Amino acid sequence: MIRLENLTKVFETPNGPVVAADDVNMEVPEGEICILLGPSGCGKTTALKMINRLIPLTSGKIYIDGKDTSTLNDVELRRNIGYVIQQIGLFPNMTIEENICVVPKLLGWDTERAKKRAAELLDLVALDPKLFLKRYPKELSGGQQQRVGVIRALAADPPVMLMDEPFGAIDPINREVIQDEFLKMQSELKKTIMFVSHDIDEAVKMGDKIAIFRAGKIEQYDSPDVVLAHPANEFIADFVGADRTLKRLRLVTAKQVCDADAPAVSRHGRAKDAHAMIREHGTHVAVVLDADHHPVGYVTEDMVEGASGLVHEFARALPATVPARADLRAVVSEMFAHDTMWLACTDDSGRYVGVITQPAVTGALGETYRRAGKAA
Amino acid sequence: MAAPAAMQKPRLGTRVVPWIALAAGILIGTSGLIDQIGAYWEDITYLSQGHMVLVAASGGAAILTGIPVGIWLSRPSMERSAETVMQVFNIGTTIPTLAVIALSMTILGIGFAPAFFGLFVASLLPIVRNTYAGLLAVPAHLKEAAHGMGMTPAQILFRVEIPNALYVIFSGVRTALAINVGTTPLAFLIGGGGLGELIFTGIDLMDTGMLLAGAVPVAMLAVLVDFLMGQAQLHLVPKGVNPLR
Repeated sequence: MIRLENLTKVFETPNGPVVAADDVNMEVPEGEICILLGPSGCGKTTALKMINRLIPLTSGKIYIDGKDTSTLNDVELRRNIGYVIQQIGLFPNMTIEENICVVPKLLGWDTERAKKRAAELLDLVALDPKLFLKRYPKELSGGQQQRVGVIRALAADPPVMLMDEPFGAIDPINREVIQDEFLKMQSELKKTIMFVSHDIDEAVKMGDKIAIFRAGKIEQYDSPDVVLAHPANEFIADFVGADRTLKRLRLVTAKQVCDADAPAVSRHGRAKDAHAMIREHGTHVAVVLDADHHPVGYVTEDMVEGASGLVHEFARALPATVPARADLRAVVSEMFAHDTMWLACTDDSGRYVGVITQPAVTGALGETYRRAGKAA
Repeated sequence: MAAPAAMQKPRLGTRVVPWIALAAGILIGTSGLIDQIGAYWEDITYLSQGHMVLVAASGGAAILTGIPVGIWLSRPSMERSAETVMQVFNIGTTIPTLAVIALSMTILGIGFAPAFFGLFVASLLPIVRNTYAGLLAVPAHLKEAAHGMGMTPAQILFRVEIPNALYVIFSGVRTALAINVGTTPLAFLIGGGGLGELIFTGIDLMDTGMLLAGAVPVAMLAVLVDFLMGQAQLHLVPKGVNPLR
C-alpha cells in the first residue's frame, strides 16, 4: 500500500516558485496498479519521483505499507522500491545477469541466490536464460530490453514498484504484447504499483485506478470505468476524449455481455424443434452446434419455417466467432468486419458459450449512465 | 561480390610495405649502418633505461593525477566551475611542448625534475579532458536508474559512470602517452637524459649511426607503448561498451 498525505513540491526557479505538486492526497491499495495520468508538466512524474526521493519533497508524508518513509534513509528506501524508467536504463557495461543482480547484490544476497533469481525472472518474461543471461543490453531488441528493465526492478521482490512511462518508447505492437505480459505477471505477483502515463488507452488497460493530474493537483481519482463514464469536470472529459464511451469497450469482456440462454440447437436435431425454440425466445436465429458443442452455423426463423428434416440441411455457416474473454472492442470490430448484428462466443477450447448482440453491447455501455441517471 | 575480390587482390599497403622493408634492409645492411648502430649498444641500453624511467614516471604521474582531476571536475558540485578549469587546461595545450619544457627549466633548473615536470604537464591534459568528457557523456538516465535502484554516489561512480566512460578515458591515456613518448627525447635539451642524447648529438656531429641509435629505439618504444595501450583498451574496457569488441 502506498499513501500520500498532503504531498507538496515547490521548485524555486529564477522566475519565482513553481508548484509541481499541490497538496496531493491519495492511497493505492495493496496489489493494485494506480496510473498517474495527465498532460506533460502536470506534476505526475514529480509526484512519482518524490516517493523514491529522486526529487526531495517540500512537505507532506509518504507511507509505504503503513510505514512513514521519512524514517528510512534514501538508499535503504530505494532498494526496497522497484523502479522502471522509460529509457529503460540497463547498464550497457553489464551483462543481463549482472543488470538483474544489481539490487540483490546491493542488499547483500549471496551470488548463487542472485543468479538463480535472475534466471527465474528471465523465464517469467519468456526470455531463455541460457541465451540471454550472458548477453549485453545492446544485443537485445528494445522490447526485450524493457522486459529486462521490468524484471530487474522485480529482482529483490520489492512490495512496491514505481514505473515512469515504462512502455512509452516501445513500438505500438510490442507495447500491447508487453502490457499484456505485464498484466499477466501482475495477476500473480500482486505488487502495489504507481505507473505514470500520458496515454489514456494505456491507463484504461493497465490501471485498477486512475489519478488524473492537472497543475500539480489530482482532478479525479477513480476506477477507469468511472473516469470514462463520469468525468468529474470539463478538463477530464476533454482529456479522456470525445470517444470516451468507446474506450470503455476495452473494460468489458464478451463474457459479461453475452446471452448464455440464446437458442442453440444440435445440427442433428429436428428443424421443427429449432423453429419452436426460436419462436419461444423471440430471437429470430439459433446457433447450430456440432457433437463437441462447437458452434458451426446458424438457422433463422424463416429458414426453418414449416420445414421438416434435420437442422444441418438448412444451416448456414457462421461468419465468425469471438472468444468470450475478448474485450468488447475486439467483438465490435469483428461485428463491423462481417456486417452482422450478432456473433457466437466460444470458450478457450472453442466450445459455445452464448450469443453477443450489438444491442447488448450498446446496452452494457449505456448502463452506468442509466444508473447514474436513476441515482440523480 | 566485393569481399572475395578484395581478398584475392591485397591492398596497396600490404603489397608495398614488404618491398620497402626489404629495400631499407638492403640499404642499411650494405651501408654498414647496423654495425654503426651496434657500436652504440652500451649507450643505447643505458640511455633507454633513463628514457623509459622518464616516460613511465611522467606518464604514470599524469594518469594518477589526470583521472582523479577529471572525475572531480565531472561531479555535479563542480558543474559551474568545471568549464572554466577546462579552459585553463585547453590554453595549456596550445603552448608547444618544447616551450613547456623550456619554461619548466627556467623554474626548476636542469636535470630530471624539470624534464619530468614538463612531460607530466604535456600529458596531463588529454587525460583530464577525456576523463571529464567521458564521464559527462554517460547518459543521464543511466545515473537516474542507478540512483533509483539505491546505489550510493560512490557505487554509481565505480559501477556505472567509470565503466561506461572507460573507453573514452583509455583513448585519452593513449593520446597522452603517445605525446609523452614523442616528446621525451627533448628532455635531453634540459639535461633530463634519455635517448635524445644520441639523437641530438648525432645531429650535431652529422653521425647517422649515432642518430639512428637514438631514433630507432625511440620509434620502437612509441610503437610498443601504443600497441600495449591498444591491447589494454581492447581487453580492459567492458564488452558491452567497447566498440572494438
